Amino acid sequence: MSSSLDDLYLQVRHSLAGVDSLADLDDIRIRFLGKKGLLTEQLKELGKAEEAERRDLGRKLNELRDRIQAELDRSRADLEARAMALRLRSETLDVTLPGRGQAVGGIHPVTMTLRRICRLFRSGGFEVVEGPEVEDDYHNFEALNIPAHHPARAMHDTFYFDEHTVLRTHTSPVQIRVMESQAPPLRVIAPGRVYRCDSDLTHTPMFHQVEGFWVDEEVSFADLKGTLYEFLSLFFEEDIEVRFRPSYFPFTEPSAEVDISCVMCGGKGCRVCGQSGWLEVMGCGMIHPRVFDFVGIDHEQYTGFAFGLGVERLAMLRYGINDLRLFFENDLRFLEQFSPF
Amino acid sequence: MRLSEAWLREFVNPPVDTPVLVQQLTMAGIEVDTVEPAASPFSGVVVAEVTEIAPHPQADRLKVCRVAAGTDERLQIVCGAPNVAVGMRVPLAMEGAKLPGGLQIHRTELRGVASFGMLCSAKELGLEDSEAGLLRLPEEFPLGADLRSVLTLDDAVLEIDLTPNRADCLSIEGIAREVALLNRIDRPSAPMVLPLVTTRDEFPISINVPEACPRYLGRIIRNIHPGVRSPLWMRERLRRAGLRSLDPVVDVTNYVLLELGQPLHAFDLAKLTGGIEVRFAKAGEQVTLLNDQTISPDDATLVIADRKQVLALAGVMGGRASAVSGETRDLFLECAFFSPEVIMGRARRYGLSTDSSHRFERGVDPELQRRALERATQLILDLVGGEAGPVTEVGHTASLPKVAPIVLRRARIDRLLGVDIPPHQVVDILRRLNMQVAEAPQGWRVTPPSFRFDIALEVDLIEELGRVFGYDVLPKRRPSMSTAMHAASEALLDPDRLRDQLVDRGYREAITYSFVEPSLQQRIEPDLPMLPLKNPISSDMAVMRTTLWCGLIDAALKNQYRQQTRIRLFELGATFVGAVTGLTQTRCIAGLAMGPVLPEQWGGAAIPVDFFDVKSDVEALVALSGRNEKASYIAAEHPSLHPGQSARVLLAGQPMGWLGMLHPELERALGFDQNVLLFHLNLEPLMQRSVASFSALSKFPRVRRDLALVIGQDVTAQQVIDGVMALENGLVRQVIVFDLYQGRGVETGKKSIAVGLILQDDHDTLTDVRIDQTMTEVVERLQDELNATLRA
Repeated sequence: MSSSLDDLYLQVRHSLAGVDSLADLDDIRIRFLGKKGLLTEQLKELGKAEEAERRDLGRKLNELRDRIQAELDRSRADLEARAMALRLRSETLDVTLPGRGQAVGGIHPVTMTLRRICRLFRSGGFEVVEGPEVEDDYHNFEALNIPAHHPARAMHDTFYFDEHTVLRTHTSPVQIRVMESQAPPLRVIAPGRVYRCDSDLTHTPMFHQVEGFWVDEEVSFADLKGTLYEFLSLFFEEDIEVRFRPSYFPFTEPSAEVDISCVMCGGKGCRVCGQSGWLEVMGCGMIHPRVFDFVGIDHEQYTGFAFGLGVERLAMLRYGINDLRLFFENDLRFLEQFSPF
Repeated sequence: MRLSEAWLREFVNPPVDTPVLVQQLTMAGIEVDTVEPAASPFSGVVVAEVTEIAPHPQADRLKVCRVAAGTDERLQIVCGAPNVAVGMRVPLAMEGAKLPGGLQIHRTELRGVASFGMLCSAKELGLEDSEAGLLRLPEEFPLGADLRSVLTLDDAVLEIDLTPNRADCLSIEGIAREVALLNRIDRPSAPMVLPLVTTRDEFPISINVPEACPRYLGRIIRNIHPGVRSPLWMRERLRRAGLRSLDPVVDVTNYVLLELGQPLHAFDLAKLTGGIEVRFAKAGEQVTLLNDQTISPDDATLVIADRKQVLALAGVMGGRASAVSGETRDLFLECAFFSPEVIMGRARRYGLSTDSSHRFERGVDPELQRRALERATQLILDLVGGEAGPVTEVGHTASLPKVAPIVLRRARIDRLLGVDIPPHQVVDILRRLNMQVAEAPQGWRVTPPSFRFDIALEVDLIEELGRVFGYDVLPKRRPSMSTAMHAASEALLDPDRLRDQLVDRGYREAITYSFVEPSLQQRIEPDLPMLPLKNPISSDMAVMRTTLWCGLIDAALKNQYRQQTRIRLFELGATFVGAVTGLTQTRCIAGLAMGPVLPEQWGGAAIPVDFFDVKSDVEALVALSGRNEKASYIAAEHPSLHPGQSARVLLAGQPMGWLGMLHPELERALGFDQNVLLFHLNLEPLMQRSVASFSALSKFPRVRRDLALVIGQDVTAQQVIDGVMALENGLVRQVIVFDLYQGRGVETGKKSIAVGLILQDDHDTLTDVRIDQTMTEVVERLQDELNATLRA
């Protein structure tokens, strides 16, 4: 009898050796352990055996059943592992293939620069205000202390619609508009498009400026210097040298041009800075008392500074763009160089 | 303004080199743009005298000269210049000399005769552009002297870019004052030299408009020598200032203009009739100017006239008819002060810009005329001889600019500059600026000199103090933070967010010009009135844009020419609709899409972008305002869009833009090689956000029921959705269109639309009975309203 049980076990082992699917495995289980399986048949025969023999045989049969079950389990685990390995292998991708779907576009470098400028000044407590691009002569010139025929008007090559209506030549009229309608203290920047009737290698008839001003009871030239120095260092993210040079604007007194040490050559002198080591980046000054008179702010009680900067100029310096005209050609090969910001 | 450094140093010579001088001026607000050498580099050229001339045996046009150059040796030089003469002093390039342009002088043979150098013309030395013949050097130049040294050619020419307020620096003397100030040099003003008056002749002068011309001086100079050339030193100074030497009298007026900043003019006395009249021009008058331009001055233009005709545009340019020439024997030399307001803009009006108008419209020193006239007279007498008459001065001193004392408060200096300059230093700076300073309560009373007519206010003085004290030395203060917060309305969307939305959906931002080509715009927006520029820079930038599509279409076309096949561009900016009066400037955001929906990629065929792709971009923008359900899209025709693929976009019932495909005719005419989709939205409504408002979540489950309906071809999806949503019981919360079908199985002229209805009750679980009842009502309603049938 025990030799036939050993046989049975060997039969199971033998059958499992060739099995390669869960279905085959189940057939084997049924053949040996099923209701009519070979082992089950033997267990059924157990009742017919002698009392003494029955206990021994019963124990042996139960042992055998556990061993067969263990073999079947091991085999199942094996099969499952192999199947999983197969699936994983078949599902393996070339992860170097590019992703699919929509690509991300980009922001124009002028907008990027404007955003950085506005962000820096906002963090310093300045508010952003915009104004009209078609302006009247009063806001663009008169109220900025530039009367008709003033030689300073020749500095602005103005586009006219009629005698009194122009394309704004600078963002300074926004200064007038804000001061006309709001009382100090004021801390405002005004970004936007401006226009000059001039077109060559270094001039486009449209460009962008940011006007900024701060009016309060205790604002001095020292605050102007501090503010612009801080802005320029933060904008270029380095401790650049800043130089204030006396200049003239009809709407500020004292007036200054602001130069920075050339960011291209570090001030040693190159083509970009005309060998001077300095780059002119903005104009500024203390708001002229006549301008305060025009907008009805008491120039004895209040003082203020104002500045104006060219956005394209800063963008060119920041990103190393060497041709102003590229800004408005909208060549995708140019635009694609500026990732979203 | 260009000026010779050597000439400047003749006026004031501080112990600093050129770069320091340039730095000083620039940092004082007198910006030096460039510094150039006064002459091209050359070497080995000396002063020589021609001692003998013999004909060349082989060549008629050459001469064999012997020249002395400071030694006993006589050099033999072959020369072809027509003006070579015995006794003439000329520049000699010796053996080994290097001339401008790199020419090296060697001993050579010319047609068999040895030549030991070269006699030079001004052109060969780079001094003048066209000069036939040898440069004649003055007899006082020592033989053998280096030419560069006797002509001070190792000089620098400073190009100075003056701001309009510093007209006082439009002269050597003016710059010299600044240099003296910056270097603390006392420079006593030069005494006026009075030329000898040798004739009593005067020419009458009358001023009709004393406010416009408060001062006019003139004098006669008789019997000048004709045919004289200006001396080399004067020609050189004029050249370095960028002026050409002409007639000696004209040269003198130019020279004094450069030296003192006062324009003068000389008339040929023989051409004048009666007397000088200063007045405004009269209707119908004409004058031909020195540049041969004939103009008809208007009645706001000041002229100098005689009894017969207009002679000159006052302060701008003289006339041809009364100009001095080679035949002129008698002069009338004039010098005036005109009110800047009367000259401002006049030159520009006639397309002119002269050294004279440049100075008069900025202003000249009202006390300078006499000195300038005397100086010019003396120089003319020195150069061309003649007999000067007495000065006739006509004026109206009451109309001259007044120099009024200005009160300067010490506290105000600190308040504006942020630094308390010590009083003694304030006074020192002001005195160095030639101002008269008197003590006054809280500060000083300051009277500026007549040449600083730009200074009228206390702030002007404070600027001067800051400038001389040094902007770089002025303190800088770190800005203090304001504690006040700024409003940040949640109901207002930052336009930057709209930009980012499009960027994230694959668009690139463009910035195009606000002025466009009128005919292109006419085709795109024929119905909107355009605002033309009076002085456009070119015909393709002649009108203000009424639509951003112009710029985007132009940019897309240019990119298509550069072989770009997939283009997504957007722009945010203003449009300008209407005439000057009633103009509306509207901020808009517009986009253009052409080429495949997705960038070229593996794993799927490229699908060309269509209406609904771009509509989803528009919806994504509207979604930012939180008001998508308030947006509607109505089929409507736009002149530049495909009539079957265009929609007017409304937000809360208000039209706010367009969406559609570029009209195929326009697409072809413009040269596009594929469909172009466009949208154009007003910015302001998009920026109006609805602030979120929470509603309680329902405890009861949602139920979905789908319907497949057959409707007429012309019935819109919106009609179906509206029909369903109009159901009164309020159970339908959402309608999803999930299929649209036309073809086999659906009658011609009809289409099948499949919609999913999301039903929910906030207070109860929906029973099958209520659901079925609702669905029946929906179907009945759609049948009644839209003639819809359930699809079999």
